Amino acid sequence: MWDYSEKVKEHFYDPKNAGAVEGANGVGDVGSISCGDALRLTLKVEPETEVILDAGFQTFGCGSAIASSSALTEMIKGMTLDDALKISNQDIADYLDGLPPEKMHCSVMGREALQAAVANYRGEVWEDDHEEGALVCKCFAIDEVMIEDTIRANNLHTVEEVTNYTKAGGGCSSCHEGIENILTRVLAENGETFVAGGAAVPAPAAAAAKAPESPKMGTLARIRKIEAVLDSIRPALQADGGDVELIDVDEKSIYVNLTGACTGCQMAAMTLGGIQQRLIEELGEFVKVVPVAKESLVSMGA
Amino acid sequence: MSDIYLDNNATTMVDPAVFEEMKPYFCEQFGNPSSLHNFGNKVGFALKKARKQVQDLLGAEHDSEIIFTSCGTESDSTAILSALKAQPERKEIITTVVEHPAVLTLCEHLETEGYTVHWLEVDSKGRLDLDKYKSLLSDKVAIVSVMWANNESGTLFPVEEMAQMAAEAGVMFHTDAVQAVGKVPINLKDSAISMLSLSGHKLHAPKGIGVLYLRRGVRYRPLLRGGHQERGRRAGTENAAAIVGLGKACEMAAEHMEFENTQVKAMRDRLQEGLLAAIPHCFPTGDPDNRLPNTASIAFEYIEGEAILLLLNKVGIAASSGSACTSGSLEPSHVMRAMGIPYTAAHGTVRFSFSRYNTMEEVERVIEEVPGIVAKLRKLSPYWGEDGPVENPGEAFAPVYA
Ligand SMILES: Cc1ncc(COP(=O)(O)O)c(C=O)c1O
Repeated sequence: MWDYSEKVKEHFYDPKNAGAVEGANGVGDVGSISCGDALRLTLKVEPETEVILDAGFQTFGCGSAIASSSALTEMIKGMTLDDALKISNQDIADYLDGLPPEKMHCSVMGREALQAAVANYRGEVWEDDHEEGALVCKCFAIDEVMIEDTIRANNLHTVEEVTNYTKAGGGCSSCHEGIENILTRVLAENGETFVAGGAAVPAPAAAAAKAPESPKMGTLARIRKIEAVLDSIRPALQADGGDVELIDVDEKSIYVNLTGACTGCQMAAMTLGGIQQRLIEELGEFVKVVPVAKESLVSMGA
Repeated sequence: MSDIYLDNNATTMVDPAVFEEMKPYFCEQFGNPSSLHNFGNKVGFALKKARKQVQDLLGAEHDSEIIFTSCGTESDSTAILSALKAQPERKEIITTVVEHPAVLTLCEHLETEGYTVHWLEVDSKGRLDLDKYKSLLSDKVAIVSVMWANNESGTLFPVEEMAQMAAEAGVMFHTDAVQAVGKVPINLKDSAISMLSLSGHKLHAPKGIGVLYLRRGVRYRPLLRGGHQERGRRAGTENAAAIVGLGKACEMAAEHMEFENTQVKAMRDRLQEGLLAAIPHCFPTGDPDNRLPNTASIAFEYIEGEAILLLLNKVGIAASSGSACTSGSLEPSHVMRAMGIPYTAAHGTVRFSFSRYNTMEEVERVIEEVPGIVAKLRKLSPYWGEDGPVENPGEAFAPVYA
């Protein structure tokens, strides 16, 4: 059975704001019945101030889907629509003291129901831009769509590369076969064939650090270079509502602060892995990107 | 009040008498059965006795047809891979879409390795089309693997008849009987079954012990090669204590066969009847007229199974579900989907599976608790109105995929 937090259990056993709100003027229906999770969020919004006076949910779904729905309605009551829209799925998960990786999609569903309900209130059409695939890497909660997109965007060819960019496969190894199957499929799109092989045994950190010995850069030049790399990555992060800031640099560690949407566990893992890979390539030396500021992220950096 | 365990298709309690039998084989009779000295010799005799007990429950002709393995999954893999290795010219497999993952996943994997797998489909009650099956049998088929009883719905397949048909076509027949052994009478010597898998922990023996029955004369290739244990058919030092336990469990299962098919069945029937009478919009899945005596799989419409299980667990009732969420996958049970059960019901299936340790009092308590739980969740469901499903549920609530 799942390892649910007390908070999740509380909201599941005794959900808040169940049922449709009387006189609702915003409704969001999201979810997928084939996947077994679907949610209708009803909002009563005060037209002058755009404050959410009342919120209610009706959910077909598992324990964490019901708990996420309940948590969401508690969080948004009394907020303005604009403030409510700033709530990320991670915020919902945090409010519940965390969700198992397989269940993070329940919090995503909550956030999307909110967007859909607000769009409905404003007379807009909400477009679902979120595509979720089957969970591949359970250690780091990376799904199939994320892996496919990353392979295409970065022209990856090996499981090792996929692990470096997405973190998928970096834990218990059980998904390596699945990742190989995805590589086979995606590479076939360009008429390429996936060749398994390469290093079957991960190189110890020291060996990985043996990047080409380039003439040592001066400190200032090094920092400029790092800034330049971060600048080149920044637009992609900002497109997702996030950002990255350089905090400090020492011998082998580069400390950064990730903000906004990238702090969600799944994105952060990918972002950090990707940034580190780029920095290693550009600097020609092994460096470790260490997230700072947000506590939860520090532990993830390892 | 003590908790009620109705998840015996997942695993069973080790019978205390079985445990008693096993005890000496840890700290006293710990010798290697292959050894010549007294420490090992006695263990060797104990294994011989256990093999006989298994043989008797299965109605096998020879005790040498019993091969001890580490679990049901190993037995399934051994059987199918053996048939492929022993008959390299045959590249086809026949199986069903409702097999346990132990067979299903292996066959899917074999497809990627170039084998052709014929997947037999089932009708809305989970039954096979034997004419279709017959048309697939040919000298290209290495093995047929069809489960005796389905672990989710309890539906029984006519494996004896199917084995006969396979034999007439000269094709090996394997059955995953993990759910059937100990619950329905089996008499292998009068059948044409070539291989059969069973798993100890489904019949009150410990986890991690299984058997592959291999009919004398059937061509065979071992999965694990090494020592001469199990006559070289399954190398690796025997799990002596567990084998002794399994032997005892088989003996007890034979003694309780009638009880299982009368008393246990009566509890199952009472539960199903009580729940269907008390709860609107629910129905049994599978083939109620032809299923294991201990299993009732009931679909509660418009709600989701994991949520039901959590609320059941809160009141001390253990059952299981075919919902996607309980397994962490994105799709509900392949068994429910294969029977064409709509998503709004497939996600809400709950399997209650009994053993001889359950009581009628427990059944009555479950009948009291479940209706309130279902009603509570339906109140939260977007498919449910005041006191029934909303009109046209599919149209009234058609969420955007998220
Ligand atoms: C039909 C069936 N086959 C195989 C297995 C696997 O058995 P084991 O857990 O011993 O590997 C199970 C157990 O869930 C089962 O129900």
